[in-house]
Amino acid sequence: MAKQKIQDVDRSLYDFRDDESRGFYRMEEGLTEEIVLQISREKKDPDWMRDFRLKCLDLYNRMEVPDWGPSIDGLDMDRITNYVRSRSEMKGDWNEVPDEIKNTFEKLGIPQAERESLAGVGAQYDSELVYHNLQKEVADQGVIYIGFEEAVTGRYSDMVKEYFMKLVPPTDHKFAALHGAVWSGGSFVYVPKGVHVAIPLQSYFRLNARGAGQFEHTLIIVDEGADVHFIEGCSAPKYNVANLHAGCVELYVKRNARLRYSTIENWSKNMYNLNTKRALVEEGGTMEWVSGSFGSHVSYLYPTTILKGDHSHCEFTGITFAGKGQNLDTGAKMIHIGRDTSSYINTKSISKDGGISTYRSSVEIRSTARRAKASVDCASLMLDDISRSDTIPAMDVRTPDADVGHEAKIGRISDEAVFYLMSRGITEADARAMIVSGFADPVSKELPLEYAAEMNNLIKLEMEGM
Amino acid sequence: MSTLLEVQNLSAAIEEGELLHHISLKINPGETHVLMGPNGAGKSTFGYTLMGSPNYKVTGGRILFEGEDITHLPADRRASRGMFLSFQNPLEVPGLSLEEFLRNAIRQQTGKPLKIFQFKKQLESTMQLLQMDESYADRDLNVGFSGGEKKKAEILQLLMLNPKLAILDETDSGLDVDAVRTVSRGVEEYQKQRNGALLVITHSTRILESLKVDYTHILVKGRLIVTGGPELVEEINEHGFEKYIEAGQQ
Repeated sequence: MAKQKIQDVDRSLYDFRDDESRGFYRMEEGLTEEIVLQISREKKDPDWMRDFRLKCLDLYNRMEVPDWGPSIDGLDMDRITNYVRSRSEMKGDWNEVPDEIKNTFEKLGIPQAERESLAGVGAQYDSELVYHNLQKEVADQGVIYIGFEEAVTGRYSDMVKEYFMKLVPPTDHKFAALHGAVWSGGSFVYVPKGVHVAIPLQSYFRLNARGAGQFEHTLIIVDEGADVHFIEGCSAPKYNVANLHAGCVELYVKRNARLRYSTIENWSKNMYNLNTKRALVEEGGTMEWVSGSFGSHVSYLYPTTILKGDHSHCEFTGITFAGKGQNLDTGAKMIHIGRDTSSYINTKSISKDGGISTYRSSVEIRSTARRAKASVDCASLMLDDISRSDTIPAMDVRTPDADVGHEAKIGRISDEAVFYLMSRGITEADARAMIVSGFADPVSKELPLEYAAEMNNLIKLEMEGM
Repeated sequence: MSTLLEVQNLSAAIEEGELLHHISLKINPGETHVLMGPNGAGKSTFGYTLMGSPNYKVTGGRILFEGEDITHLPADRRASRGMFLSFQNPLEVPGLSLEEFLRNAIRQQTGKPLKIFQFKKQLESTMQLLQMDESYADRDLNVGFSGGEKKKAEILQLLMLNPKLAILDETDSGLDVDAVRTVSRGVEEYQKQRNGALLVITHSTRILESLKVDYTHILVKGRLIVTGGPELVEEINEHGFEKYIEAGQQ
């Protein structure tokens, strides 16, 4: 019976694509100054942004591809069309969204989520926001949640300029520079002082066209004493040409503010996911990450938190699932600067069918971070003996009074446990799926119900080996 | 076709060699059979092999359940035909609650959607019978359960799944007197109210005190040495296995 339940979740749900030839256009492949300027013109960039893009392009051309992680040799930037977008303009009303795009979103469950009174939906289709709706009550609280282009060109331009790529400078690495040159789409969120947003803000975006990269920028500023939950979910259809995702997320958590940032990434199995996420937390602030990494061919993903203010705190909860042909290198970084700062990393990784899952973390406790506390807990589960799981935790402690703990567990799925569940009438496939879902449970518990359900579906799909 | 389980000349092995040799026995609906023997005789191996553990390879003979050859069926299909094995060391499954596990198992065994209200009521009353705190339903399966709670959880599963044949592997081992009494009450309930057949694997006799035993089998070094009535249990109690160990060596 549950076998049937598994089959009900159809992988094609995530592998659909719309006919590209309709209403879409491509730029010539390869990255030149001409292309960057064209993007800039399209975006109606202010001068500072155009100049910034060109500076980034120059950096990009001079920087080397990272050589310390999984191979990205399969990535040929000259063949990647960096920028493909729908001709649709941004919509505030669901009824005005073109049917074709609407169908795509409906398959992904966006309107459903809307009905269930989640706050604003900023859904990115290819590189452009096509649908954007902030619920009235949230707007009334003074919360700004808009597309990134609108933020750059509109009345918040100065604020964007002050924060944009300051936390993740383009000099950080080659793909950060690339991002700075060609960024397109994304979200800008500002939560004013003391405002508690009761319902999560969510954005759901996906890649569609063949060979297209996606470079969305997310900038969130949670002002003093404010509180918000932002959910980012992505899934992408399957193609043969290598795809690249090099998004950038910059999060500013001000004094005594709290931000929870949840993500489920489900990229197609040919995606190179080289995403950069970073948070800066001021005094007494709290940053919470919940991160699920599914899909992609290669991932480099290490959300970083800088605990700058005294008594600031961060929790990171993550799960990574690497199946056949996947090499996922994920983890988290914590940088303790302020006194009495604390961080907790709790990750789970699963590998199957020859997949490689590497947990890589770094906890840095600087000399100023007196009485800092840091705890790292990582567990890996290998589902067969051809898969691989590595743990690379680094710690750099520069204070005498730091309280630092690390626990790592690597294990294989227990045949005895599978037999135990089977002896109660549960099929082998379901028994394995139940054990793996159970392993992932500490992460799904952190997600809102519908996302937890989606994650469990993803686990079941991955377990079927598709 | 009244025989429930018929084991015909069964032999089973692991890589290192054969562990069970030419075992035959029959169990009819509602009967209680006891399988006794010294440590290492192969009692648990027999239970696991009957349930279809992939750790043991059947090298000869057949297992029939309700006349159907199940020798090579996977464990889940044996379970859905009405077999159950209570584990000596129930496994811990983090992240899967006892209740969720039971719901899944019942749903898969019956192939029908679960009647939630009825299920909840039955779960509650069965847990009461076994003196299990209701909070155990929400706890991860066997994780952090004491030895006694694990065994109670096994009997809870037995009563909720309601099989035709239950194999109890050392269900009384490591339990204090009160826990044995509670577990026995659960087994009695299964036996009386549901006319369930039992194969009780044990090396002590505590769990048998409250059960009406029909047959006793003695297993030594992978061979069924003797089959008798309930009086055999008394005899083992008094004289131990020595006589049979010698017999097994001949």
